[in-house]
Amino acid sequence: MTATAPPALALLPPADDALVLSHRLGEWAGHAPVLEEEVALANIALDLLGQARALYAELRDELGSEDEIAYLREERAFRNCQLVEQPNEDFAHTIVRQLYFSAYQLPLHHRLASCVPVAAKAAQETAYHLDHAEQWTLRLGDGTEESHARMQRAADALWRYTGELFEPIEGLDIDWHGLRAEWSGTLTDVFGRAGLTVPDGPGTGAWSAGAGRQGLHTEPFGRMLAEMQHLHRSHPGASW
Amino acid sequence: MASATSPPREREAGSGAGPARAGAPPEKSEQEFQADFDAAVAADERIEPRDWMPDAYRATLVRQIAQHAHSEIIGMQPEANWITRAPSLRRKAILMAKVQDEAGHGLYLYGAAETLGADREELLDKLHSGRQKYSSIFNYPTLTWADVGAIGWLVDGAAITNQVPLCRCSYGPYARAMVRVCKEESFHQRQGYELLLALSRGTPAQRAMAQDAVDRWWWPSLMMFGPPDEASSHSARSMAWKIKRHSNDELRQRFVDICVPQAESLGLTLPDPELTWNAERGHWDFGPIDWQEFQEILKGNGPCNAQRLEQRRRAHDDGAWVREAAAAHAAKQRSRPVEPPAHQERQPAGAHTAAPRAARSGDR
Repeated sequence: MTATAPPALALLPPADDALVLSHRLGEWAGHAPVLEEEVALANIALDLLGQARALYAELRDELGSEDEIAYLREERAFRNCQLVEQPNEDFAHTIVRQLYFSAYQLPLHHRLASCVPVAAKAAQETAYHLDHAEQWTLRLGDGTEESHARMQRAADALWRYTGELFEPIEGLDIDWHGLRAEWSGTLTDVFGRAGLTVPDGPGTGAWSAGAGRQGLHTEPFGRMLAEMQHLHRSHPGASW
Repeated sequence: MASATSPPREREAGSGAGPARAGAPPEKSEQEFQADFDAAVAADERIEPRDWMPDAYRATLVRQIAQHAHSEIIGMQPEANWITRAPSLRRKAILMAKVQDEAGHGLYLYGAAETLGADREELLDKLHSGRQKYSSIFNYPTLTWADVGAIGWLVDGAAITNQVPLCRCSYGPYARAMVRVCKEESFHQRQGYELLLALSRGTPAQRAMAQDAVDRWWWPSLMMFGPPDEASSHSARSMAWKIKRHSNDELRQRFVDICVPQAESLGLTLPDPELTWNAERGHWDFGPIDWQEFQEILKGNGPCNAQRLEQRRRAHDDGAWVREAAAAHAAKQRSRPVEPPAHQERQPAGAHTAAPRAARSGDR
């Protein structure tokens, strides 16, 4: 843990993670399986959007306003991990994606809390996101044969995007090995209680996809950005 | 809705504010219960869930509250249509918070209906099968970003005009839900106005977008107050029961009078050449409303009727496995022996257990 503030650009990957996942969760509005989840998913999306905006504010000198950063960069300039850009698919995929991500983001925020002011507040939000994903993982892993099968499928499909979460981000001087161990501990515990199997993957020697931190993204991301940026880009210089 | 036919209950004074009664309630005749009910309504007291009430009063409330709840959740769709395209992060946060509020309003209102013995699942079935309605306004499409502003300013503005009197409605749970709903709706209305103001002061293209949206949403907003008084089938009785406090035409006039000066401040034109100040009446006169359009949309022929209902049904059907799994898990949990505390689950969150944190601050 470091007490000196990291270079601003080191905050771009976590900021993009938050923006992109917030956008994906926003796509659920009006489509959730139960009314309570309309409220819950929107809550998480709003938290993440707030985190992204707070982090972009730190990047103003380097990259411009929050809207310039979000709306005027090309796909290759985004530094989010590939996990968060994966499409919502069914509710199981959305929950597993959230579990994988929040189980990473919470220890990350804890490690950054001493040097990045927004991380301390964000950690409180992230603890709730992780709790929400965990509770649903337990319900769906245990619930019915169908829900169990869907969860295991989602867990397997998204596992390959988890490897890059632990590739050190330049400028973030934190204990990445410890972070990974914490993440693995959370996953093993939650999956164990949900009756799900931790997939084979990065941790067991399988090849890990993922180079989002280098600006290499998956195909669905380009479409997501096209939709997100279209209106803003159609009116250059306009204020909203 | 079992309790629609349940035996009459002793009226409990207000919401428990009165003195506690000892022993069994005295036997009362139907006429005496009715007399108590009438007296309570006449005295502007609140009717509470456990109070005796006429079956028709209960049925009217269930119908109205359910329709209101359905309108909240269907009303999420036209605005959610723009969440992924919101042109700035600030606007995106505001819009997501607003759509979230609507889901929250749906929850309060289904809750209020449940206090009358209705069941949320049954009410949703009625919505999905077309047996219960939602506000026709949501059968119009949101074609541009400015529509988000027009909905906030005009549609939420009309809704507030309709709903503020409901805060004094004779049925307690509905009245209390409406207090909270109206507070949030007035946020939404101001946000919509502010969105349009930004467009109106923006580039020529933005300005044109704002005017086009107001042109399309003005008349449908006036229709939100329902048919003219002489054609409104439920009005008289609801007025007598103090479920409704003002006539459709009164509320419509109030809304027009509020909007005319606001449109002027926005620098936008309301699409009615007949709008003129009538000094004698002290109100704005306005042109005739196309009630045929209203009737057609009510019949299901609006631009988005089929689409809105289809999306709602699909979300419900696609989510069936999630709800079944949650129920199955809960049932297994109940039948399992208590587990040792080593791996005790943390505070539950999510469906049917804990409401996530309430309304967000967002950018408000």
